[in-house]
Amino acid sequence: MNDMTPTREQREAALEGMGCKRKRVEDIRFTQGKGKYVDDIKLPGMLHGDFVRSPYAHAKVTKIDATEALKLPGVIAVLTAEDLKGVNLAWMPTLAGDVQMVLADGKVLYQNQEVAFVVAEDRYIADDAVQLVEVEYEELPVLVDPFKSLDPDAPVLRPDLDGKMEGAHGPRKHHNHIFNWSVGEEEATDKAFAEADVTVKEMISYHRTHPSPLETCQCLASMDKVTGQLTVYGTFQAPHVVRTVASLLSTIPEHKIHVIAPDVGGGFGNKVGVYPGYVCAIVASIVTGLPVKWVEDRMENLSTTSFARDYHMTTEIAAKKDGTVTALKVHVLGDHGGFDACADPSKWPAGFFNIVTGSYDFPVAHLSVDGVYTNKAPGGVAYRCSFRVTEAAYCIERGMDVLAQKLGMDPADLRLKNFIQPEQFPYNSALGWEYDSGDYPTAMHKAMDAIDYRGLREEQKAKQEAFKRGETREIMGIGVSFFTEIVGAGPSKNCDILGVAMFDSAEIRIHPTGSVISRMGTKSQGQGHETTWAQIIATEIGIPASDITVEEGDTDTAPYGLGTYGSRSTPVAGAAIALAARKIRNKAQMIAAHMLEVSEYDLDWDVDGFQVKGNPERRKSMKEIAWAAYHAPPAGIEPGLEAVSYYDPPNMTYPFGAYFCVMDIDVDTGVAKTRRFYALDDCGTRINPMIIEGQVHGGLTEAFAIAMGQEISYDAMGNVQGASFMDFFLPTAVETPHWETDFTVTPSPHHPIGAKGVGESPNVGGVPAFSNAVNDAFGFLGATHIQMPHDAWRLWKVAKDLGAHG
Amino acid sequence: MIPGEFTYHRPASVAEAIALLVDHGDEARPLAGGHSLIPMMKLRMAAPEHLIDLSGVADLKGVSQEGDVITIGAMTTQAEVIGSALLTDKLPILRETALLIADPQIRYVGTLGGNVANGDPGNDMPALMQCLSASYVLAGPDGTREVSSRDFYEAAYFTALAPEEILTAVKIPVPAPGHGYAYEKLKRKVGDYATAAAAVMLTMSGGTVSSCAIALTNVGDTPLFAEEAASILDGSTLDRETVKKAVAAAEAITMPASDGRGPAEYRTKMAGVMLERALKRAAERAQG
Repeated sequence: MNDMTPTREQREAALEGMGCKRKRVEDIRFTQGKGKYVDDIKLPGMLHGDFVRSPYAHAKVTKIDATEALKLPGVIAVLTAEDLKGVNLAWMPTLAGDVQMVLADGKVLYQNQEVAFVVAEDRYIADDAVQLVEVEYEELPVLVDPFKSLDPDAPVLRPDLDGKMEGAHGPRKHHNHIFNWSVGEEEATDKAFAEADVTVKEMISYHRTHPSPLETCQCLASMDKVTGQLTVYGTFQAPHVVRTVASLLSTIPEHKIHVIAPDVGGGFGNKVGVYPGYVCAIVASIVTGLPVKWVEDRMENLSTTSFARDYHMTTEIAAKKDGTVTALKVHVLGDHGGFDACADPSKWPAGFFNIVTGSYDFPVAHLSVDGVYTNKAPGGVAYRCSFRVTEAAYCIERGMDVLAQKLGMDPADLRLKNFIQPEQFPYNSALGWEYDSGDYPTAMHKAMDAIDYRGLREEQKAKQEAFKRGETREIMGIGVSFFTEIVGAGPSKNCDILGVAMFDSAEIRIHPTGSVISRMGTKSQGQGHETTWAQIIATEIGIPASDITVEEGDTDTAPYGLGTYGSRSTPVAGAAIALAARKIRNKAQMIAAHMLEVSEYDLDWDVDGFQVKGNPERRKSMKEIAWAAYHAPPAGIEPGLEAVSYYDPPNMTYPFGAYFCVMDIDVDTGVAKTRRFYALDDCGTRINPMIIEGQVHGGLTEAFAIAMGQEISYDAMGNVQGASFMDFFLPTAVETPHWETDFTVTPSPHHPIGAKGVGESPNVGGVPAFSNAVNDAFGFLGATHIQMPHDAWRLWKVAKDLGAHG
Repeated sequence: MIPGEFTYHRPASVAEAIALLVDHGDEARPLAGGHSLIPMMKLRMAAPEHLIDLSGVADLKGVSQEGDVITIGAMTTQAEVIGSALLTDKLPILRETALLIADPQIRYVGTLGGNVANGDPGNDMPALMQCLSASYVLAGPDGTREVSSRDFYEAAYFTALAPEEILTAVKIPVPAPGHGYAYEKLKRKVGDYATAAAAVMLTMSGGTVSSCAIALTNVGDTPLFAEEAASILDGSTLDRETVKKAVAAAEAITMPASDGRGPAEYRTKMAGVMLERALKRAAERAQG
């Protein structure tokens, strides 16, 4: 070996593989404004669509007159439900087993519902024409409060379901009832409550909000009438699913549909579903034979395409005097809006809400969820979370604090007392999940030490005394959150979307010179897959990440996958990538054995190639092996070097974390300042620590927004309030707290590289940390549970009601 | 979120701009920084057929002092207000307020004239102008006239500005050296209008208030000049009881709307809290 030969460490570093803080390769184009989004795509002869929307939340549509609109030069067509009926598309199926109007069919169920679709030569003309379409409405009584949905005299929202008392998820008990989902042991739970030393009960609401990605939903549909080929560019988190759904809806054969998701500017669950805009653009392109683009504006996005949360969770915990929990009982009232368009795996009407037992060893539990209709926009998507896991984490983490307060116990100590212990994994929860791995006490102690938790409690005590003496008008709260997520949907045994199992896929192809093209069934919307997927491959097959191209989002080239949401990409596609890479490495080993004239069993893998056991000087690098695979493949071995893997995960993964929030609240204004926020995440094996940190920062910022003010609300008439960034709280860098991040590593035992997924943990764990800090601050004044969002006026009102204003 | 069709004009002089306003009557709107008008047009709540962009009128720019009066051209941007050495020296409250308006990008385009002329009760400068006893120079087909900022605002978006007039400049009497000042603004986030805000100008002499002016932002359908509150404080030492009375007097003139910033009750109380805090800070700054 001469001085020029790189050391093992140098060779390893050159790969920029797993564990490396590799800079995001996609940022080169994003930071220069060179990303290519749907609205950047312009096709010859392209037309533009825009919607006529309902000003009313609940009304009959008695007449639609497009005469004046059609007179406007440049207007090509105005589509209504009647037109769509001709192609059987006035209604479409939802992912939740319901049906949804594409365009208003005789009535509207929420404000801004799509009524007619104007197609024109440019966007300006389209919008001008929208103003000219005359629609006559007959107002109907509006149902806004989900707690009144099931009143005997509640207005009938869905006459189309008249007499249909069997829904997609079992019997319906009322004309506005969608489903009841019940899980756990009700009798045993009731018994535990009857025998408990202490019980608590609180109705904990998680308000309606919206994922609000910076790029709104949009698509460009282009039907080539000569070839019969439909091409759809769209902001899709799951392009293959869109292709399958489009084929099922349109009856165009699936091989004649080409779906392309170019750069996507954030999804957070907003871009999983199929929206009327997509259907209308496709139909308009089929009708006109020209490309048709539809781009939502901000108000349309916030008020129509997929809200999140809106879960009202009556939570009861039973415990012994010493704080040991003995049972959990939760009833959820889920407000689904006018249609049930939740984006959950098909068999899960309330997603994975049954993770609600959280990080605690509940011997028994019972959960019941009722979904109801209201005159609000449909949705219920997983806003940066695995399906309904944010709601569940908020429910249990708030509930544990309520119990701690009743017991007079410290909330961190109560959690430590009730944690599932490391030796209990794999752990079967009372509501049916098998937690794969975890070490909660270690994470909790590390976090508590890092922030000097006991010291903070002493400071808080002193501040409370000072407040009582009138020396300060500020109160201090310490929010504790210890969440367990369930991500990586999912095993085919329990997860599918419209019958397609929720596997994912990777294809890796090595070029003769040893560089790589790889394609996955996932679709990055900012997660940095182009960077991290290459790192997995780099470590697995010893080719530098910089020599690996990652492509996603084109259904003609990428293998079929279920897309990116619910922190599933790393748990599912990440595994497929590792397994495809290992197939390549296995073949490479055979080729190397031939090249080195030894048995393949006499070879060891070493960073970026194979070496002969006991004689490491004799080695072949992956680059040399790749060349041989194309140049001189050994006899009996197929030329080329590539592999595909479809991965059906054996189980979900269960990331967890300990979050602490320290907050000071000015009782005279209600303004809350986050002094400190510490987030410890355990996402198993860490592929790119820098990207993890970025993910955590982003998710915490969303959690901060949601907890402290971000909401979609409605007035009594069903008018959506604040559907613009003036009122919808999207924090800037100025408002956003400073984030401290930390980690422990408990690899997933069933995942090929031990990774669990992290993108959504900070949103899931962050919201309870903020809300618990607020509640903790007001606790000594007598508050037991304060509903979110915790914006200034609401906290001022809390202070006032608790007598803090004198 | 796409405006209707309009004709764009870019006059080079005030006279030319007024002529365009006269020609097109109700169908024309002058355009300053556009941060209120353009969003209204995108929402189609405003649909002017003629947009008269004043950014090409050089005479509408600049900051100058003549005697005891500082004149600021209507098209002076908030960023230029912030960057002006003269204003920082003589009218530091103007800089303090401008820094609380929107964000840097908007302040590079948004103008002082547009802020005061639009009549939006959410804007910060109108109350400040009232507090400073500023007057507005209005130019129309029949020449110019001056109107006190305290008489200018009639209701939300309704002002003394006639349809054919343009607000060309703001004139502010130079405050006494050593004065105390503060603009306290409560807002939900950067870029938001005030939940409530209070402007205070104060001179102290031997520990007592020798003059005081107070105005409030976004707690009524116009900016509110809180004359009674100020007169309560005159001659006082800003003792707790007197401040409490002044705050109550200020709160009494508010009539805020309930909106996403909070219910009316809250916004009224916040006007009081902002005033109390502004008084405290202004007194700390006042010399004498």
